Amino acid sequence: MKLFEYAAPTDLAEALRLMQRGDGEVWAMAGGTDLIDQVRQRRKEPSLVLDLKRVPELQAYQGGPQGLRVGAAVPCRRISSDPLVKDRYPALAESAALVGSVQIQNRATLGGNICNAAPSADTAPALLVYEARALIAGPGGRREVPLDGFFLGPGKTALSSRDILLELRLPPPPAHSHSHYLRFIPREEMDIAVAGVASLLALDPGTGRCTRARIALGAVAPRPVRALEAEALLEGQVPTEALLREAAARAVQAAIPISDVRGSAEYRKALIEVLAYRTLEQCLQKLRS
Amino acid sequence: MALRIPPRIPLRTTINGDPYELMVKPYQTLLEALRDEAGLTGTKEGCGNGNCGSCTVLFNGLPVNSCLVLAPEAQDGHIVTVEGLAKDGRLDPLQKAFSQHGALQCGICTPGFLMAARAILDSNPHPSEKVIRAGIAGNLCRCTGYDKIVRAIMAVARGEVD
Repeated sequence: MKLFEYAAPTDLAEALRLMQRGDGEVWAMAGGTDLIDQVRQRRKEPSLVLDLKRVPELQAYQGGPQGLRVGAAVPCRRISSDPLVKDRYPALAESAALVGSVQIQNRATLGGNICNAAPSADTAPALLVYEARALIAGPGGRREVPLDGFFLGPGKTALSSRDILLELRLPPPPAHSHSHYLRFIPREEMDIAVAGVASLLALDPGTGRCTRARIALGAVAPRPVRALEAEALLEGQVPTEALLREAAARAVQAAIPISDVRGSAEYRKALIEVLAYRTLEQCLQKLRS
Repeated sequence: MALRIPPRIPLRTTINGDPYELMVKPYQTLLEALRDEAGLTGTKEGCGNGNCGSCTVLFNGLPVNSCLVLAPEAQDGHIVTVEGLAKDGRLDPLQKAFSQHGALQCGICTPGFLMAARAILDSNPHPSEKVIRAGIAGNLCRCTGYDKIVRAIMAVARGEVD
């Protein structure tokens, strides 16, 4: 492994000060499950690894009627096992439980999954359907970025090399809503998504009309993307099986996948249609039961 | 330009109940520190990138891949390795069960499986087979086909091993 120094600051001011070396010299680390392997493979060559787990702001964790705040260094396992997250943000609980093995989930964090910005990141589609926002601290102060504008491309985010992601903020889910995340992998456990879809559906309990639809796709574009046209098709309508199928077909239009070792572009598009339908159908079933 | 070697970092940590003070390299993994600095070679490196689970240890009670933890991250932490399973000369029931069921062949993955299994039972003393299989999904064995490993853990879960 490349030789580097290690620091684990216990306050944010010190962490930000150390980040100002910038330009690839300093790499922020939360769980380390991506970074340590990338350094070993010399895909990243830090002179300083900045362990942010001891910075209190990155361990913030608060859920309630106001929504959910998850510090960037909170491990996936804590999120996926939280009854509040399972109840109010099921797609997030489901996706956080799919990030690698138990061993990985005990270290890997929501913040790291987002900052690593793999198009296949399992938690990204879920965060997109909940319209999460990223709270970022940098040399110029703090700012909030909607997650939709956070991902710029594979491994590229709205963070500069001098910024630190503090937390993810999820607004309360809409009333009478359900959400679900599904991905396809060729085996049962421990793999990277060939394609993934998170869906959120909210219905007016009186009229049965869809008051909000959110569909987000993973591993089928340079960044996780929303399927806006499919969402628009559903909103205002009373969902039927035929309408869900039409929306699922339309979700494919937002997919611009590549062909690689995990699957061809055509196969990924076919998967998106199936996964979009299944996630929507499951939301509908839950809402009507 | 002369290569500057980052200085070692003093690491205070508890391993298998014993306090340790080690001088670790900042770029050393916990796995390397356990083996090379603490002399505890029971923990094995398989893949070295978090896929195989061979290097699983308990870190503050939770199973982690020690190849994906930097040694200095263990500051003030509590580590349990396979050497910490046997108590007062008595094997952990899991160790007995693995032996009785022939749940190993080459043995490289075994310490990792034992620690992953210990973590499953610590959080749920009577897990179903499904829970066991999910709990060891991050541990690869290229010899046994898993069946004997699952049977051994099931035997302990059912209280058949003391």
